[in-house]
Amino acid sequence: MTPLFWRACWLIFRKDWLQEQRSRELISLMTLFGLLSTLTFSFALQLDRLSRVESVSGILWVTILFAMILGMDRSAGNDRENETFLAILLSPIPRAAIFIGKSIANGLFALTIGAILIGLMTFLYNLPLLQPMIFLILLLLVVGLSSVGTLLATMTVQTRSRSTLLPIVMLPTALPLVLAAVSATIPLIAQSDVNNSIAMWIQLMAVLDAVYFTLAVLLFDFVVEE
Amino acid sequence: MTTISPVSPAPRAGLQVMSATTLIAVAVGLYLALIFAGTDIDQGNIQRIFYIHMPAFFGAFTAFSATVLGGILYLITRNPRWDRMAVAGVEVGLMLSLVNLLTGSIWARPIWNTWWTWDPRLTSTAVMVLTYAAYLMLRAGIEQPEQRRRFAAVYGILAIVTVVITLVIIRVRDDTIHPVVVGTGSTAAEGTFDVQATRGVTTALLFNLPVWGLLIPITLMMFRMRLEQLTEHVDRLKAELMER
Repeated sequence: MTPLFWRACWLIFRKDWLQEQRSRELISLMTLFGLLSTLTFSFALQLDRLSRVESVSGILWVTILFAMILGMDRSAGNDRENETFLAILLSPIPRAAIFIGKSIANGLFALTIGAILIGLMTFLYNLPLLQPMIFLILLLLVVGLSSVGTLLATMTVQTRSRSTLLPIVMLPTALPLVLAAVSATIPLIAQSDVNNSIAMWIQLMAVLDAVYFTLAVLLFDFVVEE
Repeated sequence: MTTISPVSPAPRAGLQVMSATTLIAVAVGLYLALIFAGTDIDQGNIQRIFYIHMPAFFGAFTAFSATVLGGILYLITRNPRWDRMAVAGVEVGLMLSLVNLLTGSIWARPIWNTWWTWDPRLTSTAVMVLTYAAYLMLRAGIEQPEQRRRFAAVYGILAIVTVVITLVIIRVRDDTIHPVVVGTGSTAAEGTFDVQATRGVTTALLFNLPVWGLLIPITLMMFRMRLEQLTEHVDRLKAELMER
């Protein structure tokens, strides 16, 4: 990978970032969805103090997952509608650079939303979520989900039933990461058995990220053939 | 106007031989499972469902392995035959997974006193079923045949990785109540039985494993691939008629 390759990644990322800065569409959409989802879970589950410890980690990561699905679908849809993606494909940029640039942009938006939601849930549920390890789990989760999500969003946006298809194909593939994130977070919130149990889940998430990223880079070419 | 090669509607000799062999093997397997094998002293006759339950899981895995192999080969060669194998694998694998889940539920009701529990092993099988159901939804949502084959191949590769990883995660957790008959299981397992304790158990299991694990999925996949080939042939004929 040459310096030109990384410059191409940077340009793709910058395009998405500038677009979002001007429109603020994705961040607003994902933040509002995250807030509404958190409040809905709060009302629906009516968690007591003990139940919260086990349930909030699931609520947090699943809400972030759904918000990411929404955001990536919207991002891919914008590119398709404005025909920017066609223009990018016609340019002499390696397909892998397009993928990496887009997934970094999607990941950054998701990290922003994740940080907001962690702060909000700390406040609403009175739980110790503001820990460095939880932000590490957020980073690992977002890296994996944005890799596989960017690939699948690029695929589904070219189909007839675009918006309904992305959640259906993405949720099963996201499950191992979400499972590991929830399992790693519960001991952190409960502040028990921290060192023994979470190290394994963190390592598993790192391995999953590597596998998903590698697969997505290799398969992206096949998804964007025109 | 392109010339379309004829496709014979009659099943080929190989498929007929496979069908006959499979039918006979299933009959023998059922005899061994229901009559030859002794009754388990703890669980009674409900234990016999194990001779279908476990092999069906392996059969599903055989079929899903065919899906990922078909997907990879399609992306390399772009020959529709491999896509036919991939979709056949998914449909047969889904059917065998459902057999696995259903037989497991029937066994669980008297042993665990519940039809279903969110045990890690059961959950992982449910995830596998949903992953491949999503594969079929993806295919149904794409009209253009070449795009459908390409996207399905990509998703098939992602799906098997997801399933394998989920199974690894489940193995890492030691809190499953699902019994492990071969090898060491969790201390929390309920419903384990000793394969050596009852006459004929090992024979019945070792016979039914290749029947449900290989013969049934391969034969059904051959039928499904044949059906897909005939469907594509009919579509080509229709397209030719429309051109006239």
